Amino acid sequence: MVFEWLHPVLIATALLLAAIGAVRRVNLWRAGQAESVDFVAGLIAMPGRYLHDLHDIVERDKYMSKTHAATGGGFVLSLAMIVLVHLLGLESQILAWALLVSLTLMFVGAVFVFKRRLNPPSRLSKGPWMRLPKSLLAFSGAFFILTLPMAGVLPEGFLSSSTGGWILTAVLTVFIAMGLSEMLLGMTWGGPMKHAFAGALHLAFHRRPERFGGGRSTGLKPVALDQRVLGVQKPEDFKWNQLLGFDACVQCGKCEAVCPAFAAGQPLNPKKLIQDMVVGMAGGSDADYAGSPYPGKEIGQANGGPLLTITEGLIDPQTLWSCTTCRACVEECPMMIEHVDAIVDMRRFLTMEKGSTPNKGAEVLDNLIATDNPNGHAPNSRTNWAADQNLPLLSDVKETDVIFWVSDGAFDMRSQRILRAFVKLLKAANVDFAVLGAEELDSGDVARRLGDDATFQSLAKRNIATLSQYKFKRIVTTDPHAYHCLRNEYADFAEGIADDLFDNIEVLHHTTFLNQLVQAGKLKLNPYKGGTVTYHDPCYLGRYNGEYEAPRELLRSLGIEIAEMERSGFRSRCCGGGGGAPITDIPGERRIADMRMEDVQTTGAELIAVGCQQCTAMLEGVVEPRPQVKDIAEILIESLVEPLAKELH
Amino acid sequence: MQPDSSTGLNGKGQDLKIVSLISIGQHPASGRARRAEQDGRAVELGMTLAASSSTQNLTVLHAGDSQQAALRSYAGMGLESVRVLQLRESADAVKTLSEYLHKHAPDIILTGVRAESGESSGMMPYLLGESLGWPVVSRIADIVSIKEGVAEILQALPRGQRRALTVRLPFIASVDNAAPEPRQSAFGPANRAFMEQQQCHSEPDTARNGWSIVSARKRPKRLKIVKAKTAADRFKAATAKPQGAGGKIMKNQPAAEQAQAIFDLLLEEGVLR
Repeated sequence: MVFEWLHPVLIATALLLAAIGAVRRVNLWRAGQAESVDFVAGLIAMPGRYLHDLHDIVERDKYMSKTHAATGGGFVLSLAMIVLVHLLGLESQILAWALLVSLTLMFVGAVFVFKRRLNPPSRLSKGPWMRLPKSLLAFSGAFFILTLPMAGVLPEGFLSSSTGGWILTAVLTVFIAMGLSEMLLGMTWGGPMKHAFAGALHLAFHRRPERFGGGRSTGLKPVALDQRVLGVQKPEDFKWNQLLGFDACVQCGKCEAVCPAFAAGQPLNPKKLIQDMVVGMAGGSDADYAGSPYPGKEIGQANGGPLLTITEGLIDPQTLWSCTTCRACVEECPMMIEHVDAIVDMRRFLTMEKGSTPNKGAEVLDNLIATDNPNGHAPNSRTNWAADQNLPLLSDVKETDVIFWVSDGAFDMRSQRILRAFVKLLKAANVDFAVLGAEELDSGDVARRLGDDATFQSLAKRNIATLSQYKFKRIVTTDPHAYHCLRNEYADFAEGIADDLFDNIEVLHHTTFLNQLVQAGKLKLNPYKGGTVTYHDPCYLGRYNGEYEAPRELLRSLGIEIAEMERSGFRSRCCGGGGGAPITDIPGERRIADMRMEDVQTTGAELIAVGCQQCTAMLEGVVEPRPQVKDIAEILIESLVEPLAKELH
Repeated sequence: MQPDSSTGLNGKGQDLKIVSLISIGQHPASGRARRAEQDGRAVELGMTLAASSSTQNLTVLHAGDSQQAALRSYAGMGLESVRVLQLRESADAVKTLSEYLHKHAPDIILTGVRAESGESSGMMPYLLGESLGWPVVSRIADIVSIKEGVAEILQALPRGQRRALTVRLPFIASVDNAAPEPRQSAFGPANRAFMEQQQCHSEPDTARNGWSIVSARKRPKRLKIVKAKTAADRFKAATAKPQGAGGKIMKNQPAAEQAQAIFDLLLEEGVLR
């Protein structure tokens, strides 16, 4: 009998070829740079990471999470049992029935995948991905019928007993071959199912394992400045597990849908970027890519290879400079791919090796090197804004409870209003605080996002050395960018200067700190008298640091009922001011800040509460008429019940 | 005239030897050492000239301390090495430089108009020109072409004006702020560049020994009384750099007459006695 050996041979061949493909794929990843990973712990943790962390993100789209659970779960179970029943020939009616159940599960899931693909949204990639639901149906359907005789539903030998049976078997074989090549060969030779293979390993060997289990890891990784090449020049310069991460992409386009630069018509699409990384890693052209292009750029022009410079032929530098580093793509990615890391890695090469930071980039970096602030102001004019504030200086008092980290808002007249408001609140709450004055330097945020890690590291080390001279319990800042650097990035550079500095102190955003003061009753507030208020989450406060609640609680304590925007909280849309984007200023069709203002206007709010000087500047840059923009500190002083003079000591 | 360095420099540009002289700059707001703005432009111009010729024949030269970190910010423009004539602080850089330049005989020497630190007298190109016996072209904005040993140069004048000059090689040119901005300095190449140190004979600057140096005092500014009648005049008065009045243009007179006029002027100004 032909069919007795045909199907087992088919399955075995598919498995063997898949294994060969897997070895080849693994070798592509191994071309990347070394990065130490706890392999055993990662593999053990992998199923948990899949079921919780990954699935929690997929769960935001209930339709897809159920569909995927049925299809994916059904497939994994079915494959295991197919090996037992059809390849190894285990004759058990119970097993056959179990297989039928799991195949049914997979089939039902596949029907929903099919339905989704009837009229797919623009963010989804087409091409081979349109074939996938058919392959899923073919695989589950064909194996279902093939298993029926073993379950005793159809008589044994039914499939070869008559001419009809022969024809049916031939048709089944075609479907099985189709299903097996999609599901097994495609997994390791680069089909849509690659996401299952690479994705599982990506979860196990993720570069930021801290992200799993509800954790957060957002600080950029430092560059070793004595390397042969600084930053990423060619795909091989990525860490091996970054390459693995690129391969995990399912091209769902969730990143594309939230990317502010993509929406503004700037030449960036995070999904295409990751696919271009895959092209670079494997070699070839982007002609097979079947999703949305970079706005304004044609598909099919990009070519790359593991040893070719990425920015010469594969990716236009403008694509990299369009990113605002808002992390919306990373937050949305079900495969937990790190787009921002990759973009900044490539920017590092452009800035530190090629010296090609666009527009005002070079000037800003030169200023940071020569004057420790981005606009080239005289370093000793940093405290001019506070000439009338009578602020205690740490160089005088040496010891304080709170260091108020002023940040570069000190040089900007609009931001100075926020600083003054915050100082007034600190004084009203009787907080023991001091400032570093001229000793404070730029946090290095812009330098780092522009790819100049050398300048960032120099600023960070000098700031840490300054901080280490004084005794204090916490640092509070009104600038979420400085907050992020101090809280998440400086600790990497404290070694040898002030080893445990960051273990013993707390870094807080001013909204968090003010909320503590208000909740503790140290600040008395009148109810807010005004119109509707909405709140804009700054990326570096929200997605980077998880602080969504304190600013909202503060507003609520004023009696404000926040008119939330559709995109708020972890889905907040960037103002366009992060990542040095206003400095590199890549042209698009719209301005990101204008789009954010449209979001605001749909709520009917008359006032936008913000917790970031950069967001304030970007949103106030939108032409009138538009709602007013105020920092939360500014809103609070309007309602502040000022303590009588005698209550202050 | 349109500067067009891509086409004009072919011809005999192949075996040009260019030297860009660099100094340690000083940031006006912070006083920190940096790449000097004009010297950076001299290097930029040198790099553009070298890139358009077939051989890389640009030497970036500094007389002073090779350990100065600011030198690396020039190297970060993409130089493989910076040649440093190692000098003590008290030494006279002009003597050492002119000895070196005399020995290596380049075709073009590019400098800034004046240094941002040190004496900052702006005399360097002239002193070098005197000792080498070469012509000095001040405040150039671009070198348009070099053909058969003659360079076509754009000299920067106030208010964006340019004067086209032709100068026979070799010459010394000081580069004005109107020249193309220096390219970005990148950390990687800056860090890896080779500081080619050359020990050399140096003589102390005897003139300077007699000086006492005090910090500068802000001089009171003369009030500018604007007697403009129209808005356009006021705008011009507010934005224009003052142009020297007087003088006369002699183009068609015989050379002897022109020379006599220059001689008379130098006598009148007390340059010659």
